Amino acid sequence: MRYIEPHGHMVSRTTDDYQAMVTAGCVAVCEPAFWAGFDRGSVSGFRDYYRQLTEYEPARAAKFLLPHFSWLCLNPKESEDLALARDVLAIIPEFLSRPNVLGIGEIGLNRNTRNEMTVLEQHVDLAVKYDQLILVHTPHLEDKLKGTNLILDLLSSHRGVKPGRVIIDHVEEHTIQRVLDRGFWAGITLYPDSKSSPPRAVDMLEICGRERIWMNSACDWGVSDPLAVPKTALEMRRRGHSAEFVDAVLYQNPHRFLSQCPKFSVGDGKTA
Amino acid sequence: MEHGFIPVRAKLIDVAAFFDRVERHAVADDFRCAALREAAALLVDGRPERARRILEKLSDPTTEPEATSSGKAALGAWQRPARSGAKKK
Repeated sequence: MRYIEPHGHMVSRTTDDYQAMVTAGCVAVCEPAFWAGFDRGSVSGFRDYYRQLTEYEPARAAKFLLPHFSWLCLNPKESEDLALARDVLAIIPEFLSRPNVLGIGEIGLNRNTRNEMTVLEQHVDLAVKYDQLILVHTPHLEDKLKGTNLILDLLSSHRGVKPGRVIIDHVEEHTIQRVLDRGFWAGITLYPDSKSSPPRAVDMLEICGRERIWMNSACDWGVSDPLAVPKTALEMRRRGHSAEFVDAVLYQNPHRFLSQCPKFSVGDGKTA
Repeated sequence: MEHGFIPVRAKLIDVAAFFDRVERHAVADDFRCAALREAAALLVDGRPERARRILEKLSDPTTEPEATSSGKAALGAWQRPARSGAKKK
């Protein structure tokens, strides 16, 4: 089996995780910029993080023959300081031409505040200006439905946004169909305690179809499972779905979306 | 059914034990417990799309962005904000 992990925060993981993922069939991993667990206090802190995502982490993954790609942004959790956010966004273009950078992400909302909306819009403007793919984080728990609606309205009203170049991540049963109906891609995140379980994820595929959907583990420093994607393949096969179905969802779909960035390539053992 | 029943049976008993536990520890009136009880009623109402409807039941139903951040994480169930100007006990 082959699969792509389109959303993993690998700077938080150990080399054992890289080894396990490659052993399970992972042929590429994509790492969106993320919150560190605390608010970074300066532009230089973000610059160091972007260097980690574009220099050090690809080299670490390469030791396991795994192509590593990244997305850059300031996380919605860090959007309340508008002055810092403006200064951080100003340095992102320095990194967009790096060979493993796929686009702007994971942007979005956290608690659905006005400042978060302001910074989200600035990120979208940046992505459109530099013709970048967009990866969007939707809020947690009780905030997801409202946040998803706000995000969809903002993206749909932006003239420069092409829905087929945007993935809305962390969808659940109450948000997936509205994302797909507006022409965007939908990401299902497989978490042990929140977001979606493998059985629920396969339910969503059976109900909504398998087009414009990817699955990811979003493994990070919290409770998460870097092998959640291949474990979901087992759930599919148990229900009688074919190996072709599994490949379409876990490899071909993310490959199709990510290949809209010409820098994306997989599986030849070379690094990005 | 062969693969799903036993794990779901275990989760259902976990839910039952959770309700027993919060009552035993006298925190069953927490808004989150109340939200869970209301959501759980949807499990047996005989209508489809239970997962979607339970998620919606636990969601913030408002539509406007929040003016300020609470600085706190999401709690898993929406709590109607206390009305400003309400008399303090």
